[in-house]
Amino acid sequence: MSWAWGAIVFWLLAWAANHFVAKRWPRARWARFFVPALFGITLLILWEGIVRGLEVSPVILPAPSMIAVRFAEATGVLWEDFAQTILKGALSGYLIGCGAAVLVAVLIDRSPFLQRGLLPVGNFVAALPIVGIAPILVMWFGFDWHSKAAVVVVMVFFPVLVNMVAGLKATDHLQRDLMATYSASYLQSLVKLRLPAAMPFLFNGLKIATTLALIGAIVAEFFGSPTRGMGFRISTAVGQLDMPLVWSEIAVAALAGTGFYGLVALIEKAVTFWHPSQRAGGH
Amino acid sequence: MTKSILPVLTVLAAIVAVWYLAAVWLNSQWVYDQAARAGTEVGFSEMVAQTMAQERPVLPAPHQVAAGLWDGLAGQKVTSKRSLVWHGWITLSATLSGFALGTAAGLLLAVGIVHSRAMDMSVMPWAIASQTVPILAIAPMVIVVLASIGVKGLLPKAIIAAYLSFFPVLVGMVKGLRAPDAMQLDLLSTYNASGSDTFWKLRLPSSMPYLFASLKVGIAASLVGAIVAELPAGASAGLGARLLSGSYYGQTIQIWAALFAAALLAAVLVALVGLIERVSLKRMGIAR
Repeated sequence: MSWAWGAIVFWLLAWAANHFVAKRWPRARWARFFVPALFGITLLILWEGIVRGLEVSPVILPAPSMIAVRFAEATGVLWEDFAQTILKGALSGYLIGCGAAVLVAVLIDRSPFLQRGLLPVGNFVAALPIVGIAPILVMWFGFDWHSKAAVVVVMVFFPVLVNMVAGLKATDHLQRDLMATYSASYLQSLVKLRLPAAMPFLFNGLKIATTLALIGAIVAEFFGSPTRGMGFRISTAVGQLDMPLVWSEIAVAALAGTGFYGLVALIEKAVTFWHPSQRAGGH
Repeated sequence: MTKSILPVLTVLAAIVAVWYLAAVWLNSQWVYDQAARAGTEVGFSEMVAQTMAQERPVLPAPHQVAAGLWDGLAGQKVTSKRSLVWHGWITLSATLSGFALGTAAGLLLAVGIVHSRAMDMSVMPWAIASQTVPILAIAPMVIVVLASIGVKGLLPKAIIAAYLSFFPVLVGMVKGLRAPDAMQLDLLSTYNASGSDTFWKLRLPSSMPYLFASLKVGIAASLVGAIVAELPAGASAGLGARLLSGSYYGQTIQIWAALFAAALLAAVLVALVGLIERVSLKRMGIAR
């Protein structure tokens, strides 16, 4: 029991500390990192303390320390699964899907008729439970990573398409008139004005698509996969009641998801440095 | 609105046409194989006719899916295990209860975040980071673990659905509750309004457009969560289970029918939230 009480006391102390820091230095740079970091550590300690104090069975919820140990043991397996699911399945599907969406967006941008027809359909499809096509695509493309990439392509296509089409419309009349007075060709005004102006919208869609890509790749593995991959490992480890391994896979998925998102956000920062939301003080 | 009907119909017609072509192309292999095995030749028109009427086609033709969907929705007794209405109801109940839980949690946390600087600084980064975690992918595992400690039925699915709808509501509400500008807040402080007065009379009403926008995202996400939560083996009811059993037995028409039933459900739910949005914003006098 002392473990649980200790954790709760730590939680209260950390909360008080966070409260104090947030009141005292609300705008300080270090506080922006310190406060959430302390909150995260508190959650971990609370988890550890409650699992140990109440002697929760590791089959239900293993303690973070147990997961860390298993993670260190299983790095080889985890890396193999990571390469199979994320690098091969999710990443290739993401690139193909987003590339195709951007191309289609540029193409239909020239035709108002197609836009009026495709956008409602695209918006509708973007709200659908698309993961449901996973079993079909697994049947078509086999168990290996190709079917996972195909699921990811379909999942990321519509959010990126809708955002990109909106982005291509983001220029105002003054700017387009200026390009016209320069007698810029369609291609020139596309490359020099409208594509750059579409970038904030595009990255909005790309960021949404990162999580979708990981979800698609992992869920598709539940419908059939070779004997490696994160979805496969999760479902077999659950069968063996090896919960620490399951949680290690979840940790990998979480790290990969955050890393992937962070990478896209970093590229966004470099590409759309001119946008108000990216300039100093923007939040 | 009427201006976009013709383009939308054109696009839909094009999709159906491409679908038929793809069905012929993908299913022809099987027809040729069968013919070769039987030692007969099939002509082109015969081949096309056969690709439209297979029992387990690689890609069912649209009319086969429509027939399967109609059979599932109207051709069975509502209580039958083959009825899509029954499976849809199971999924819908998990979706709605999860949606209610997630929305309530999101609202409460948003209120806390807007009123407490410490909570804003500590919770918000994690709430955002938690969305980059592909939680949906581990949903089946959560179900299995919860089942092993005796939590079965509606609740585990509702938890997944709640988790997914929670975030859009949280972010939308934090934005919405902060939407009143300094002038409006100053006005209320000249009235000597208390914190709760400011909340009820200014912050909450001005957050409504944001709330409804996120509710639409949230309910679609809940439905996805409920369907994925039904995927683990052992679940025998719900649209997700229908997808899985179809994939096990190669019943492609069943998969597509379940998929379209899910799409229909999503469309109805989003439209319903949109309707509530329009009515309540109109009554509040902030309709755009």
